[in-house]
Amino acid sequence: MSLAVRPEREIRPPAIQIRGVEKRFGDATAVAGIDLEIREGEFFSLLGPSGCGKTTLLRMMAGFETPTSGSVLIAGADMTAVPPYERPVNMMFQSYALFPHMNVADNVAFGLKQDKVPKAEIPKRVAEALDLVQMGDFAKRKPHQMSGGQRQRVALARCLVKRPKVVLLDEPLSALDKKLREKTQFELVNIQEKVGITFVMVTHDQEEAMTMSTRIAVMNAGRILQVGRPHEIYEYPTSRMVADFIGTANFFAGVVEDSQNGQVTFRAEGVAAPLVVAGNLAVGAHAAIMVRPEKIIMGREAPAGAINSVSGVVVEIAYLGDVSIYHVRLESGLVVLVTNANLRHSAEPAVTWDDRVHLSWHPGNAVLLP
Amino acid sequence: MRVGGLRRDWGRRLVLAVPYLWLLVFFLAPLLIVGKISFSESRIGIPPYEPLLDWAEEGFAIIRATLQNYVLLFQDDLYVEAYVQSLTIAGISTLLCLLIGYPMALGIARAPEKSRGPLLLLVIVPFWTSFLIRVYSWMTILRDEGVLNHALMGLGLIDEPLVILNTDWAVYIGIVYSYLPFMVLPLYATLEKLDPTLLEAAADLGAKPIRAFWSVTLPLSLPGIVAGSLLVFVPAVGEYVIPNLLGGGDTQMLGKALWDVFAQTRDWPSAAALAVAMLVALVIPIALFQRIQTRMEEEGER
Repeated sequence: MSLAVRPEREIRPPAIQIRGVEKRFGDATAVAGIDLEIREGEFFSLLGPSGCGKTTLLRMMAGFETPTSGSVLIAGADMTAVPPYERPVNMMFQSYALFPHMNVADNVAFGLKQDKVPKAEIPKRVAEALDLVQMGDFAKRKPHQMSGGQRQRVALARCLVKRPKVVLLDEPLSALDKKLREKTQFELVNIQEKVGITFVMVTHDQEEAMTMSTRIAVMNAGRILQVGRPHEIYEYPTSRMVADFIGTANFFAGVVEDSQNGQVTFRAEGVAAPLVVAGNLAVGAHAAIMVRPEKIIMGREAPAGAINSVSGVVVEIAYLGDVSIYHVRLESGLVVLVTNANLRHSAEPAVTWDDRVHLSWHPGNAVLLP
Repeated sequence: MRVGGLRRDWGRRLVLAVPYLWLLVFFLAPLLIVGKISFSESRIGIPPYEPLLDWAEEGFAIIRATLQNYVLLFQDDLYVEAYVQSLTIAGISTLLCLLIGYPMALGIARAPEKSRGPLLLLVIVPFWTSFLIRVYSWMTILRDEGVLNHALMGLGLIDEPLVILNTDWAVYIGIVYSYLPFMVLPLYATLEKLDPTLLEAAADLGAKPIRAFWSVTLPLSLPGIVAGSLLVFVPAVGEYVIPNLLGGGDTQMLGKALWDVFAQTRDWPSAAALAVAMLVALVIPIALFQRIQTRMEEEGER
């Protein structure tokens, strides 16, 4: 997983503000209680499983859906009741929705013609937009004569050529194969940085969201669970659901035994020794400690004086090449996942099946979740 | 295995042979007979034409073919006029069907999925009644003392009854009414397939609904327009019942002219020549049309 943290920008005016938005389809509530502010120049992702309401939220920004209550502001102006064709946003559809009866140049020029851009200026701007996505040589092609990746570029050019305030991307890379998708992720980010337009992307792929976004809103069941920069969401999730959805997580459920000076002593089910973690919760509160698999140190010998130490037996090893994932079963039956980087070419791994191992982690590398 | 394969092969041939046989017996053979008669000379008797081949005494066959019947078609203004009028009436009717049928098809295609079936059924329901009965009903509706005039006078919209029956107006009404489903169904088929995200994309790029219709919906439904227009235009050109029952004396269409020559004048060779000429004059432009259509469809599919 790439955790490239992009430099924090200065605080800029909001491009999109969502205020108390709720959307119901008949009896079903698609999204509820949404408050969100996306600033100019951000690459913002709405991340969540399918059916979580992320696409509905995006479509309300585009104007294809009207909120049941609440308001949508774009560049400071209330756009809640404004039809899509009068909004300063452009959407890149999941299917790209290129007009099949028009060639690439006409597809890109379509939006400019609607805006009554002077005829003489249109070819120049179309060429600029196509060059930006490296599709300058394809102007005369029809959509069906191009590959998925090429269509995706044309769809992006068609959005950018209108110089909108915000570009909305609905699962922009889901139709591409894995290799092309990874390459395109970086291209898309580079283009976004070059043009400086706010991008809002909907995706169910957490790696994609992590790689590309300045900030991510994690959604589930029609609500936003957490908004933050990629590393914040990964390292400091605020709920078990977010921790579980982003990356892999080990949870130790239990009860707070002691809470002092921002440090909590925790009695976890199935773990003999008390666990220590940074946090602040009332004594007796039920909670969970979350530790990422790569934060756990694994060894055959018990670490001297280490807190947060548990021991168990290796029951499963998944070799992924760059890393191996070890499944360690504690005496209580609880299985803990540990990731170890395969740093050496060694044929024999240090730890193998049925080995008794000791696991430990630094208190600062675990998160206390209510 | 081999035997089974062979048997299957024969089964396939048999299935294919049935429609071919049908076309041979009920389409090609009659057409050839009509073609033969069109080159014969007329006479009084049964059948009312001279045989094409005469067996001379020495066993020689004498072919007595004549182009006279075809020449007559072009010399007689009546036929040329009927041809022009047939094309005009069929053309205008097709256009009217398109103007009425397109919004209908679009409405059904955009209706909620549940109500599309019932709406389509409503389009087809008239077919369950005899065509002749439906045309006769129009006579009672359009008559001077008919339902329509009664209603209009009752509402005080007109003082004198409108003369509609036995005019071209009645023919247009009859043809548009009868052939509308043939326009609606193919149009619906193409419009229903149209990807709605294309219209969203158009709106997103700044096109108001009307503009989106002209630049996206209409061009992409062209195959349906062509198919529907052909299905209305072709039978309308040769329409006989409607102009005969609803039209007036000056409504002279090919179908009616054909019947007059065939049944009243009993000049079978001339009638046959007229039928063949009509076929040729229609088949060529339609074949061209259909080639354009298949090419467009292939382009759309790729």
